[in-house]
Amino acid sequence: MSASSSEMMTANVPKGVNWSYAFKEAFTTAVIALALLCLLLGVTTEGGQNILIFKPARLAFAVFLAFVVRFLVVVQKERKAARLEAERLDAVAGIQPKKRRNWFERAEPYLQPVLFFLMAFFPIVLVTTLGGQASTKWVDNYGIVIMIYIMLGWGLNIVVGLAGLLDLGYVAFYAIGSYTYALLAQYYGFSFWMALPVAGVMAALWGIMLGFPVLRLRGDYLAVVTLAFGEIIRSVAVNWKDFTGGSAGISAPKITFFGIPFNASDEGFAAKFGLEFLPIHRSIFLYYIIFGLAILTAVVTLKLKKLPIGRAWEALREDEIACKSLGLNTRNTKLTAFAIGAMFGGFAGAFFGARQGFLTPESFSFEESVLILATVVFGGMGSLVGVVLAAIVLNGGSELLREATFLEPYIGSDPNRYRLFVVGVGMVVMMLWKPRGLISTRTPTVFLNERKAVSGSLVKEGHG
Amino acid sequence: MSTADMMTSNAPLLQVENLTMRFGGLVAVNSLSFQAAKGDITALIGPNGAGKTTVFNCITGFYKPTEGRIGLRHGEADFETGLNAVTASDKASISTEKGSIYLLERLPDFRISKDARVARTFQNIRLFSGMTLVENLMVAQHNPLMVASNFTFGGLLGFSRYREAEKAAKEKASFWLNKVGLYDRADNPAGDLPYGDQRRLEIARAMCTDPVLLCLDEPAAGLNPRESLLLNGLLRSIRDDHGTSLLLIEHDMSVVMEVSDHIVVLDYGTKIADGTPKQIQTDPKVIAAYLGVDDEELEKVEAEVSA
Ligand SMILES: Nc1ncnc2c1ncn2[C@@H]1O[C@H](COP(=O)(O)OP(=O)(O)OP(=O)(O)O)[C@@H](O)[C@H]1O
Ligand SMILES: [Mg+2]
Repeated sequence: MSASSSEMMTANVPKGVNWSYAFKEAFTTAVIALALLCLLLGVTTEGGQNILIFKPARLAFAVFLAFVVRFLVVVQKERKAARLEAERLDAVAGIQPKKRRNWFERAEPYLQPVLFFLMAFFPIVLVTTLGGQASTKWVDNYGIVIMIYIMLGWGLNIVVGLAGLLDLGYVAFYAIGSYTYALLAQYYGFSFWMALPVAGVMAALWGIMLGFPVLRLRGDYLAVVTLAFGEIIRSVAVNWKDFTGGSAGISAPKITFFGIPFNASDEGFAAKFGLEFLPIHRSIFLYYIIFGLAILTAVVTLKLKKLPIGRAWEALREDEIACKSLGLNTRNTKLTAFAIGAMFGGFAGAFFGARQGFLTPESFSFEESVLILATVVFGGMGSLVGVVLAAIVLNGGSELLREATFLEPYIGSDPNRYRLFVVGVGMVVMMLWKPRGLISTRTPTVFLNERKAVSGSLVKEGHG
Repeated sequence: MSTADMMTSNAPLLQVENLTMRFGGLVAVNSLSFQAAKGDITALIGPNGAGKTTVFNCITGFYKPTEGRIGLRHGEADFETGLNAVTASDKASISTEKGSIYLLERLPDFRISKDARVARTFQNIRLFSGMTLVENLMVAQHNPLMVASNFTFGGLLGFSRYREAEKAAKEKASFWLNKVGLYDRADNPAGDLPYGDQRRLEIARAMCTDPVLLCLDEPAAGLNPRESLLLNGLLRSIRDDHGTSLLLIEHDMSVVMEVSDHIVVLDYGTKIADGTPKQIQTDPKVIAAYLGVDDEELEKVEAEVSA
């Protein structure tokens, strides 16, 4: 009796994977992919001639990709099902299930400090390892660009992640910040540091301007109106030629080191500090400005979250009617979310102007709004760490695509054309894998006895 | 029935006069008048679809009544003269040194909780399910905390005034969590609570706004008999220990008859009875409405009851 019961207590071992089933599934998928893609990818015409050119390499590549992905998905699914079945049998036998956490959940607590140090020392580490010349590209194209998206993601996170207001026109505030800097510099000779607060204030005011008419809108309607707002701002920049320079653009003064320009002249930064002139000086300076601005965004957001205003934003996302019944002025709550979110967008915009030195309305297209929103959604609504991860993956990923020249035989020249495609595929994968975003738990803002994370499945996404 | 006949023991707190609410052609509430007295538990009962929730929505500002006047009194101000004075003015309230009078139908929704101090719960529970129990109760204290944080600026700079206010707010939250027996789960998400606990948490949350009048929409729905008994105790304690009067919609007669001081009965949007639980229990019109007797048979029922 006792022997059999001790036998009973050993946990059930999950069944192995059915390999032939996985192969069959993958093969079927590959056949379907071949049927679907043979005309799309398999043949092209060149230069208007009536000749079909066969492209077996890229067709084979796509079909192979379909095979591998399907294979991996099936194996993963089988494994999970087997594990759940074993756990169920354990539960029936009365064996305490071991708390399983996958690698990602185990890594979560360390992400914040690791990412912070990574961001803080990124240029320094690069310069010391690669040298000043070679690291310019990495700091400029990767570091600064990703940092801008992190900041924009954190700003939009206030509106979308915390207050639950779906804003598809966030790029408008980025544009307003940029143009505020460029125009103030052009007409009144403002420096970057003088224009920075003005850009934030301007964007915040426009955030309120947008907020008022959309107060009563929710969900899809809100999304459409905010999208239109983004397009309106861009159209104004295109069409108000006398003021903004239209699509020809406007120049914005490049960043200086508190008045000392970054150039090779005797008055330049390098000469003044007795250094050899290198473009990396300017890049590092820019990097730390945007790093500082982003950290400011994060610190303010984290502080606000713990204040009544931040709790009101989250409550608004959870249930607007309950908020009203508790005496919360939902109008002001929404407007402050729009204004503060927009303000950070404006700061980032002014920085963008100072980095580019030249602005055209093309930089502020709808695609940009989509990327910023994707960063927030990927990261997990409301999570700051999630936004960092998503910005690295989405922007780092699409920048890396630029480097991926080895793919050219398969997908044609300029792999960067696939940037949005990659974002789209990423979205689909996320929907299947982690529908609530990378970081899907919410940390409570206040606690009585102990702080426990709230599962994402309980957190609402907001109605507007 | 005139105001005098309503014979409520205490001074009136809420006075609803000729309240009518139409949705297109449907008259959900038809010229309803009643009073709720200070220190009383007033129950609003009636069959499904009678218009009870609609009355609540009018009182708490979620619907704008088609017609009618809803007056609320703080303190000892003279109700009638005060009401007439506010109605004649274009304001929503007046204050005298003896107290204030509010016209609820003129106040925007959130001011009804913030200024007039009328709190409510919902028939289909509306908690902030992704927030913890304490957080739910902290949101309810938003307005005083907002002032204490100097509208965020003081809070951002870490002024001690805000820290003290936050501590007090947490204490109040603990008090109410203890009171509804949920203290042990204070840091769990509200969405994880069983149904009965969610109902009690919603009451605790409403009480954290320091209301003079608490409107509960079917608080006993879905509760088991033991939980209903606990609820009776909680409602009485809110009335007796916290000086908050209650307006209660409830189908569970074991709750209504036990705790109410005064009952108003609605049927098809019209008031059919108004009185003490005893009077209501024996009112033939009420019995007929609940049993679904039509008008012809009503006389028979009436005769039987009075016999
Ligand atoms: N917003 C609305 N639009 C149209 N009709 C409505 C609206 N709200 C309520 N009604 C109608 O008004 C009538 C009264 O509804 P109400 O919800 O007030 O009833 P109730 O007494 O609370 O019923 P129950 O006991 O089932 O909760 C119903 O016929 C309902 O369909
Ligand atoms: Mg109802």
